[in-house]
Amino acid sequence: MAVAEIERAPAFKRRGYWAGVARRLMRDRVAILCLAILAALVLSAIFAPLLPIQDPYQASMVARLKPIGTAGHPLGTDEQGRDMLARLIYGGRLTLMIGLMPVAIAFFIGSTLGIVAGYIGGRVNTLIMRSIDVFFAFPSVLLAIAISGALGAGILNSLVSLSVVFVPPITRVAESVTSAVRSADYIEAARASGGNALTIMRVHVLGNVLGPIFVYASSLTSVCMILAAGLSFLGVGVKPPEPEWGLMLNTLRTAIYMNPMVAALPGLMIFVTSLCLNLLSDGLRSAMNVKE
Amino acid sequence: MTALLELDRLNVTFHGEQTIHAINDLSLRLEQGEMLVLLGESGSGKSVTLKTLLRLLPPARSRVQGGITVNGADILALSGRKLQEYRGGEVSMVFQEPALALDPVYRIGDQIAEAVRRKKGVSRAEARATALDMLRRVRIPSPERRMSNFPHELSGGMRQRAMIALALACRPRLLLADEPTTALDATVQIQILLLLRELQKEFGMGVIFVTHDIGVAVEISDRIAVMYAGQIIEEGSTHEIIRDPRHPYTQGLLAANLHDAAPGERLEAIPGVPPALDAKPVACSFSPRCPHAQPGCRADLPPVVSLGPRRHVSCLLAQQDIAAQ
Repeated sequence: MAVAEIERAPAFKRRGYWAGVARRLMRDRVAILCLAILAALVLSAIFAPLLPIQDPYQASMVARLKPIGTAGHPLGTDEQGRDMLARLIYGGRLTLMIGLMPVAIAFFIGSTLGIVAGYIGGRVNTLIMRSIDVFFAFPSVLLAIAISGALGAGILNSLVSLSVVFVPPITRVAESVTSAVRSADYIEAARASGGNALTIMRVHVLGNVLGPIFVYASSLTSVCMILAAGLSFLGVGVKPPEPEWGLMLNTLRTAIYMNPMVAALPGLMIFVTSLCLNLLSDGLRSAMNVKE
Repeated sequence: MTALLELDRLNVTFHGEQTIHAINDLSLRLEQGEMLVLLGESGSGKSVTLKTLLRLLPPARSRVQGGITVNGADILALSGRKLQEYRGGEVSMVFQEPALALDPVYRIGDQIAEAVRRKKGVSRAEARATALDMLRRVRIPSPERRMSNFPHELSGGMRQRAMIALALACRPRLLLADEPTTALDATVQIQILLLLRELQKEFGMGVIFVTHDIGVAVEISDRIAVMYAGQIIEEGSTHEIIRDPRHPYTQGLLAANLHDAAPGERLEAIPGVPPALDAKPVACSFSPRCPHAQPGCRADLPPVVSLGPRRHVSCLLAQQDIAAQ
């Protein structure tokens, strides 16, 4: 082979890190199934106004608590005669949003705090981590209820209280991963080549700790969704008549002896969604945890 | 002419549960374009010396006393921006384990280009061109493609070449090499040594090369400084140290060489272990292990005997030899 040819031939197939993760994730059938279910839920929630379903707020005194399979109401109706299918789809919008948003917010705040605490160490670490420890004194559910109760019901307040609940665990994970990375040779090499603390944190630390923190945060989404539904169920979350799975579970509670199948539907949705989120995050964890 | 590097009675101590006297009264001078090997066993303070030069030691737990001058500038007085410019600009470092010292999540080309951009403030395209040029200079085959490789995709030798390219990208005047060939196998080791030697000549850099391998030291250096218990016990040109070692420790090191040993013969080892460094030495640190030790060695610090221009040994016996002549 001529030199030019050798130069042109690829050393080996170019593959980025994320391409590798996607490839390994594709081999995991369970994770893919969960991903498909979640994608269907998310898409139907996003495009709910475009779907051929009824108005989720349209009540009817005559068509109350119809069973599953009633003509015109494939999943029956609730205690006010509103179409369950429409309410479940619209409910997904709210439930998914207040399930994912707090984790996303907590992910940003928590990783920033954790990386700063882990990288700088010393007094800064003590200050941040001991303040975070205070939050661990309360069970997360109780803390969320307390904050929501103090702020009052409403979507925004649920977002705030749930974000506060998830900042401490994410900070703790971020701090422990960062402490491990901090003593790595390449961080010292970066310091030896004259990087300042901010550059090193932004470039070298963040690049190496984002994966583990992300996987951990993704495992929190299902917990967050259940908590959000729980808040609504207890009346300190979303206010009626908004369709939200936790709230629907609460209002249908009284109908459990008359029409148990319909009453169980919101619970089933919560169950399936959180299960899928958990299994997907498990799949993600094993797809990303590849040792070189 | 000012020296490239001058260490003047450098003392480094670490404070923790107990105080460790890692470097004790170390003085050293390196001229422009010289290759100096710091030779010594593990724990003799070689790496600490390099880290002190870059001010990399944790400030809360270590104390540095003495003088460090690089190109006439007092390094211990630098702080903030000046210190960042000095690190990586004036002085740069090659680490022992390139697999760990390169950031695993960035491509080789990006890592080098980022360092160049940060230091020189040039455009992205210019920085990439510099990075490519550096990869070519360290003889990485098909450098264009290696630019977009991640560190784990390269072999050990290739990685060390990339590390050297990264260290030299900003054209430092002084390169610190912390056992850069220890993690490599013997054939790659010699290639890296030759490469370093060549680049050093090409760029006219001063190099401090830390190793515990006397074979490597002989191969690469202009001068050798032998370290023991945080002190330089003997210093001279490579030729002088190899032909005429004066300190019993240096003699022991040379005698412990595998190459001259006949099969079946016992290797000449130096008996005993290096001293604990929890107190500042008040006598010759080597005297407990020294076959020629005299009562005077254990009573007082050994004298620094000058045997010629830039040729020193700190040993009482050497002084007596000179007196006898």
